[in-house]
Amino acid sequence: MDRVSVGIAAFLAVSAAVATAAYAQQKDAAQEGIEAYREALQDGNPAELFELSGEELWKTPAGPKKDSLEKCDLGLGPGVVKGAYAQLPRYFADTDRVQDLESRLLTCMETLQGKDPKPYVEASFTAPPKEEMIALAAYVSGQSKDDPITVKPKHPKEQAMYDLGKRMFYYQGGPYDFACATCHGQEGTRIRLQDLPYIPGQKGAAAGWGSWPAYRVSSGQMWSMQWRLNDCFRQQRFPEPVYTSDATIALSMYMAANASGETMKTPGIKR
Amino acid sequence: MGNPMKIRASAKDGVTEIKVLMSHEMETGQRKDASGTVIPAWFINEVTAKLDGKTVMQAQWGPSISKNPYLAFKVKGGKAGDKVSVTWVDSKGDTRTDEATVT
Repeated sequence: MDRVSVGIAAFLAVSAAVATAAYAQQKDAAQEGIEAYREALQDGNPAELFELSGEELWKTPAGPKKDSLEKCDLGLGPGVVKGAYAQLPRYFADTDRVQDLESRLLTCMETLQGKDPKPYVEASFTAPPKEEMIALAAYVSGQSKDDPITVKPKHPKEQAMYDLGKRMFYYQGGPYDFACATCHGQEGTRIRLQDLPYIPGQKGAAAGWGSWPAYRVSSGQMWSMQWRLNDCFRQQRFPEPVYTSDATIALSMYMAANASGETMKTPGIKR
Repeated sequence: MGNPMKIRASAKDGVTEIKVLMSHEMETGQRKDASGTVIPAWFINEVTAKLDGKTVMQAQWGPSISKNPYLAFKVKGGKAGDKVSVTWVDSKGDTRTDEATVT
């Protein structure tokens, strides 16, 4: 190599380094901007309005049995709401199933209030029966805000759910040949302004699991975890899962168990 | 009548910060429903805040304010125990007033 080409090579190396540094700096500035925006949104989260109406639904007698949900057992004993969401999904002996919050709410509505769960399962996410479910989920999840996520699969059915959830997370298919892992299986990536949490890791799992239900500012809608998961299936062009089906609970179990030890930040707020 | 607002107010060093979260659709009149019919405009167009009965803030709003609006502002004066009241009036003539105590 003569002197000129060495010089050029050195120049190229330096400019490449400068460009990389400038890109990194720019990325940091963008990241900071996004974080400042998120910070500003935290104050006055409209999810509080949904918590209020959820609390009212929880305490108001309804259904053929004219009873409230106040005696509902969410896993910590009848009527204990505080901290219950941070420990779901879990195995319930009375139904012999692993249940997440929304499937458990349906159980309570059926046993305590005598309501038929079918219309709640079949309604679209923007229809009134689902609005009830989402408000209830907002209220119950708010009662676990800042609590540690404690989900450790011990019961064989819990372990089976976790394994199924993990398999589903990596299962690739559909017309886009997609898996949950396609977006959420590597660290430090994002789509447009959205950070993509790395679900197999504790921090990433908590960023996902611990921030739903959440109010979405752009659509002005409150979304439960079930709605969020349904949308993941839709985005992958998979058939949409049945509300509170085992497929959704398995994925919830996988996320919750991975996030165990981190903090619940529910209800959240999203762009 | 509308749904209740969430109001928080705190006084520090002679300044009271008031934070209000309102529950309202804030329909712009620009959107169409599934059948293509325009959804009529319906939004809050007047907001009044009072601190101990004295009007401290008045606002005229339009359709560009978001759904479920959040409003935060600071006023001189006020102390713990003072009453804050916030009133909105919307384009259908509906109104709602909620109160809170300064902490």
